[in-house]
Amino acid sequence: MAKKKLRELAINRDWCKGCGICVSFCPKKVLELDSMEKAIAARPEECICCSLCELRCPDLAIEVRTEEGDDHDE
Amino acid sequence: MAVKEYLRERFFPHMWCPGCGHGTVLNSLLRAIEELGLDKNDIVMTSGIGCSARISGYVDFHSLHTIHGRALAFATGVKLSKPDLKLLVPMGDGDALAIGGNHFIHAARRNIDITAIIMNNRIYGMTGGQFSPLSGPGKKATTAPYLTIDNAFDTVELAKAAGATFVARSTTYHAKECTELLKQAISHKGFSVVEILSQCPTHYGRKNKEGDAVQMMEGYKNNTAKLGSKALEDKPSLIARGIFVDVERPEYCQEYDKIIARAMKEEV
Amino acid sequence: MTSKSKKEIKFIQGNEACVEGALYAGVEFFAGYPITPSTEIAELLAGRLPEQGGKFIQMEDEIASMCAIVGASLTGRKVMTATSGPGFSLKQEAIGYACMAEIPCVIANVQRGGPSTGNPTHVGQGDINQARWGTHGDHNIIALTASNHQDVFSITVDAFNMAETYRTPVILLFDEAVGHLREKLVIPEAGELPIVDRLRTSVPKGVDYYPYLPREDGRLPMSDFGGHHRYNVTGLFHDMWGFPSNNPKVVNELLRHLVDKIDNNIQAITRYKEHCMEGAEYILISYGSSARSAIHLAQNRRAKGEKIGVLELQSIWPFPAQMVREKCRGAKAVLVVEMNMGQVMAQVKAAVDEPGRVFLANRIDGKLVTPSDIKQLLRVIQGRGV
Repeated sequence: MAKKKLRELAINRDWCKGCGICVSFCPKKVLELDSMEKAIAARPEECICCSLCELRCPDLAIEVRTEEGDDHDE
Repeated sequence: MAVKEYLRERFFPHMWCPGCGHGTVLNSLLRAIEELGLDKNDIVMTSGIGCSARISGYVDFHSLHTIHGRALAFATGVKLSKPDLKLLVPMGDGDALAIGGNHFIHAARRNIDITAIIMNNRIYGMTGGQFSPLSGPGKKATTAPYLTIDNAFDTVELAKAAGATFVARSTTYHAKECTELLKQAISHKGFSVVEILSQCPTHYGRKNKEGDAVQMMEGYKNNTAKLGSKALEDKPSLIARGIFVDVERPEYCQEYDKIIARAMKEEV
Repeated sequence: MTSKSKKEIKFIQGNEACVEGALYAGVEFFAGYPITPSTEIAELLAGRLPEQGGKFIQMEDEIASMCAIVGASLTGRKVMTATSGPGFSLKQEAIGYACMAEIPCVIANVQRGGPSTGNPTHVGQGDINQARWGTHGDHNIIALTASNHQDVFSITVDAFNMAETYRTPVILLFDEAVGHLREKLVIPEAGELPIVDRLRTSVPKGVDYYPYLPREDGRLPMSDFGGHHRYNVTGLFHDMWGFPSNNPKVVNELLRHLVDKIDNNIQAITRYKEHCMEGAEYILISYGSSARSAIHLAQNRRAKGEKIGVLELQSIWPFPAQMVREKCRGAKAVLVVEMNMGQVMAQVKAAVDEPGRVFLANRIDGKLVTPSDIKQLLRVIQGRGV
């Protein structure tokens, strides 16, 4: 499986409720909660596009957009 | 996100609390539907009452939000009347196994081609945190200020005993696994049950000091193990995840079609 | 689902006449549970429905039966269930759901002695008020009844027609005596009785369809589950898209709509028959098997010159108060003949100009109220003693 390159971590701030699930379970500690308690990509360069944040988000508020163009994992 | 195609986006952000596992179940379910390539017009989602039941309002399918515990009975009517439809029935633990218990075991007994998704957060969340038949003993809830004494069902054993032909369990931590199991459950021709251990940090988590959503999901990661794994072998007290039943048996609507064929022949 | 094309004559039970009426009307789905004295309806449809490609299912309980028919109705079929007192009690929540979500369906309640397990194999008419108010909350409902098999047939057809016309559950309040007695039924030819079919929306694919937006004529077109309009159905108060709302304006309008859609059409819904009513001095108001005794007495007495008439109600709810008031005007006395403690009598009293002249000729011991029972009360009212 070719390594994926992150284009952007699209976070919908209206939908994000700041539960912290994506932050806590990111294997590379890419994400943080900002001062408004919304998720942000603090270290996007570390992202390995595993998409676990996107799969687990209860609010469907985060999307891993890769260079390869496929918007979800696998 | 392609899965957004299946959402009624105008109702987002949804009504579930921050960190509620039900949102993750919705997420996993939509990915399963997308990967199966199902047509929105072929899907009927029937739900009962409770936080879990609200899922049907958020999906762009034919949605039928019914009364507490009766989703499977409504679904049976829809399915038998129009067997080509795909019936998805997400239910809470109380909705499915307390008030809905009778309909659950009979739908399983009939092996009617419906997919029951038990969103088990071990509590009645919408009404403020009362215990459910899945809470187990020694738990705090608003109707158990001195802790519960009720034993819990084992959803998998119950489904098995009632005759369900596909039975699986996973957790909201294992979102990818959920999608995989849901795909198989939905594709399975017969009564499928997928129990997804979910979290209610607001009531259950807080009252029972199990922490916030993250901690509760960590709990699911640490206290469960895949069926057939060494981890489960070493520690059988862990909750097993995976597929417990996957068999083929005559499906109810197909059997009824045979009756129609016979009746029409004999009548003439 | 078409009826046979030539007239058929049968000698059958009332329950079977109901089944024939349902099939004539186009019923395609039945879900039910056995309960005396309605079981024959389920048994007969278990055989007849699959013969016509329809579906029958015996559900695990009465509640599941009611839920299943609501589900099936949403796929576009005409649906029915049948029960008696205890089962009727169980179904109430789901009946309320059908009222709120405006789902056409027919519920036959072949009444027996109650309350509770009561008198399973004996006649009663005690579920009148329950048919109106059995489910919680303000709502409206249509309840029809009949006293003989020909009318059981046509009233059943009416029930299906009204269910479709007004998008509502309709209750058939039959009783054990009519349900079980055997009598002649002439099945009309196809086309003889009007049939109202499911009104489906003409909104094309891709255009928004509102399941709860009435047309000019008040009718609400439906769209089958599985079709190209996806919408929500719920028991919560909802907007015209079917999505939950507790907005006071929405709630107010919806509740008024649910009540008004039936009240405003009371003339079209009302069904009754008059027997010997010309110049009647004493009027017997009755329905179901009780009416048979009332009619027998009236016809008997009329032959002897006594002016006793029978106003036979075939629609109980919405109660035809205006019609009853007009018909009873000037009568010396009105005797309501029924097998309960005065459930319809209370409605009659509220309707007529002179409630003091309304009496109850009832019987509640499980036996059919007889012409003698009525005659006895009439003598007392006339001042002639017992």
